Amino acid sequence: MGLTSQSSGINVLRESFNLNTEKKNPIIALAGNPNTGKSTVFNELTGLKQHTGNWPGKTVTRAQGYYLYHNNKYTVVDLPGTYSLLSNSTEEKISRDFICFAKPDVTLIVTDATNLERNLNLVIQITELTDNVIMCLNFMDEVKKKNFSIDIKGLIKDLGIPVVPTIAREDKGINELEQYIEDIINNNIIIKPEKISYSKKIEDRITKLIPALKKQYVELVNYLNFRWLALRYLEGDNKIFETIDKLKQNLIIQNNNPDVKGEL
Amino acid sequence: MNSYRDQIVKDIYNKAEEIANKNVKNKQLDRYKWEDKIDDILTSKLLGFPIMLLLLGAIFWITIVGANYPSALLADLLFWIEGQVTKLFFALNSPAWLHGILILGVYKTMAWVISVMLPPMAIFFPLFTLLEDVGYLPRVAFNLDNFFKRAGTNGKQSLAMSMGFGCNAAGIISTRIIESPRERLIAIITNNFVPCNGRFPTLIVLATIFMGGVFDHHFSTLIATAVVVGIVLVGIIITLLVSWVLSRTLLKGVPSSFTLELPPYRKPQLGKVLIRSFLDRTLFVLWRAIIVAAPAGVFVLVFANTDIGDLSLITITANFLDPFATLIGLDGFILLAFILGLPANEIVIPILVMSYLATGAMLEPDSTEALGNILISNGWTWVTALATMLFSLLHFPCGTTLLTIKKETNNLNWTIFAALMPLLIAILLNFIVVQLIYLF
Amino acid sequence: MFLNELKTGNKALVKKIKASGEKRRRLLDLGLIPETEVVSKRKSPSGDPGAFLIRGTMIALRSEDTSLIEIKPLNKYTEGR
Repeated sequence: MGLTSQSSGINVLRESFNLNTEKKNPIIALAGNPNTGKSTVFNELTGLKQHTGNWPGKTVTRAQGYYLYHNNKYTVVDLPGTYSLLSNSTEEKISRDFICFAKPDVTLIVTDATNLERNLNLVIQITELTDNVIMCLNFMDEVKKKNFSIDIKGLIKDLGIPVVPTIAREDKGINELEQYIEDIINNNIIIKPEKISYSKKIEDRITKLIPALKKQYVELVNYLNFRWLALRYLEGDNKIFETIDKLKQNLIIQNNNPDVKGEL
Repeated sequence: MNSYRDQIVKDIYNKAEEIANKNVKNKQLDRYKWEDKIDDILTSKLLGFPIMLLLLGAIFWITIVGANYPSALLADLLFWIEGQVTKLFFALNSPAWLHGILILGVYKTMAWVISVMLPPMAIFFPLFTLLEDVGYLPRVAFNLDNFFKRAGTNGKQSLAMSMGFGCNAAGIISTRIIESPRERLIAIITNNFVPCNGRFPTLIVLATIFMGGVFDHHFSTLIATAVVVGIVLVGIIITLLVSWVLSRTLLKGVPSSFTLELPPYRKPQLGKVLIRSFLDRTLFVLWRAIIVAAPAGVFVLVFANTDIGDLSLITITANFLDPFATLIGLDGFILLAFILGLPANEIVIPILVMSYLATGAMLEPDSTEALGNILISNGWTWVTALATMLFSLLHFPCGTTLLTIKKETNNLNWTIFAALMPLLIAILLNFIVVQLIYLF
Repeated sequence: MFLNELKTGNKALVKKIKASGEKRRRLLDLGLIPETEVVSKRKSPSGDPGAFLIRGTMIALRSEDTSLIEIKPLNKYTEGR
């Protein structure tokens, strides 16, 4: 029962995001702040003829495509650009729900190297939610033009995730991204992101909350990141718990009647 | 709860700052001086709005001037092809009615749409895309937000409107960047008042014949441009007015938040953008010409050649509509053309011409002069042209756009409203303008 | 002093956000947490919104939002480049 519900459970989740679960292609999610060249990366990966404009909020539909690397097919989903996963705007909700529930195999975060500090905000938030993260450091040509430098090795060490410098609009660095993605999917590399630790007061509360949450959502123990969930609980994020409650109901129904498809 | 949230956000930002400070060397905090200077000019009290107007005018002017030569070339090419194919028909001894439907109806309509509509679209779209790519459009939203706020909505609506210049259906989709559902709905309903690529070749052609043609050649393109810009401004004003009314009546509410990033200026990849946009537009127009214009051509041809008594079906319908149409500055044929043009705006003029020509055959696309003659000989004056342009600007959205509205709003009632409300406004405004003109 | 009162060209540090709920979340997520440096860069030709440099990003904000952000003004901003 455990194995079946696990595999059918994630399919239920993925299907609610309109992902074709029969194909079993690895799913790569593209996340990032608005205006980081995310759509350019998407185009370079998938070759889709999609126009990329230079104003925020341009990617408001969810673009989906695929690419082939070493004869394997990878599905790419371009999420809306957001500054954070915490607020309740539609774009943020879409990105967060996708990473949290559809569980992409790899999340590729496209960042603007000329504005690292702001972009790191989202990177840190995403690494709290999932381990399989690659950071794409885009606009490296602008870094050169503005005469400053970035210590990439230092970033890798401080973040604990792969950091790939790119100039997406010149197709530079895209191959390295594809290689890293393949390595992660094949378990050739294991990523252990450096997790942020909060103040003692918060950490104490998290430690107390996790077992309580696990008990309440026992059906979802294998799907969800409970530390992340505990933080959302502390923040008073009702929306995510509404979604999770629905999910829990669906899985209970699914376990009792495998033919019924749930809806999020 | 409040304090946990604050603390969590703070901790994350502090960590981001720490990592960034450690690994970024020698960075200056601010933008280039020239970027600031440009922004200061583009958003200045003195120059901000004039520059916006000028840019719009410049894009239209380049489109008008640039489209002439390719239009003529295409027309010649397509006419030559028509001649060859006709010879083939002859050689094969095919029946006249077949030649009539396929060549005079389908082919000629397609040829007209392609040679008249394609060049302006293929020029305008890449130009506008360039503007987008550079990063100018958020500055437009920045400049205009106050007006939209007073109309009860949001500066981001201007971004959806600028997408609407390309295609209203695309404009509808782009309203997704507006977070408030109420404001989003207003932006969707009013997007129609921005003339799309299918409509402003019509505006350009009519403006060139009836307004520009009055002056000698040097000024005619400038005048035509000015008229088109003027019509666009009317559309913008109506958008703001309608938004204002909707915000106080059917879609009551307070303006929501407005957060917009003004991205740094990025050098647009000229070659890539222009080529991709150009090909994109060209394919799109060709596809539309086949799917929409061709069947429409056949339809009108049949309608024009099916007689009840002495008159063709078209003439009968047009005569029926005529009294009402005259009230709003049009005539029965024009109104009928608009109605039949529901599937796509670019076929309105072809349908009109075919109806006028009684035989239902389309004329050669190469001459605005020929077009002008046909219109004038059917009673057109500059007033008719103005009324037609206004009606084109304001009337109901095309079929594709309506389908998109239904899909995006998931609400049949609002979709119907989005079709009828503009029509009502078009009728009203036309009526008022025409009466005012006849008063003087 | 509040952010909407900051003259164009001047720099300030964020002290407190006097908003709650959804609005507060939104402003926080833009990076307007205490001790963050903000520069008032320019105003729209119609007076509102204003453009502010926050953590390296230029963001447009209306006065109904900036009037809720309490700040401590710093010295006049001088061009760095």
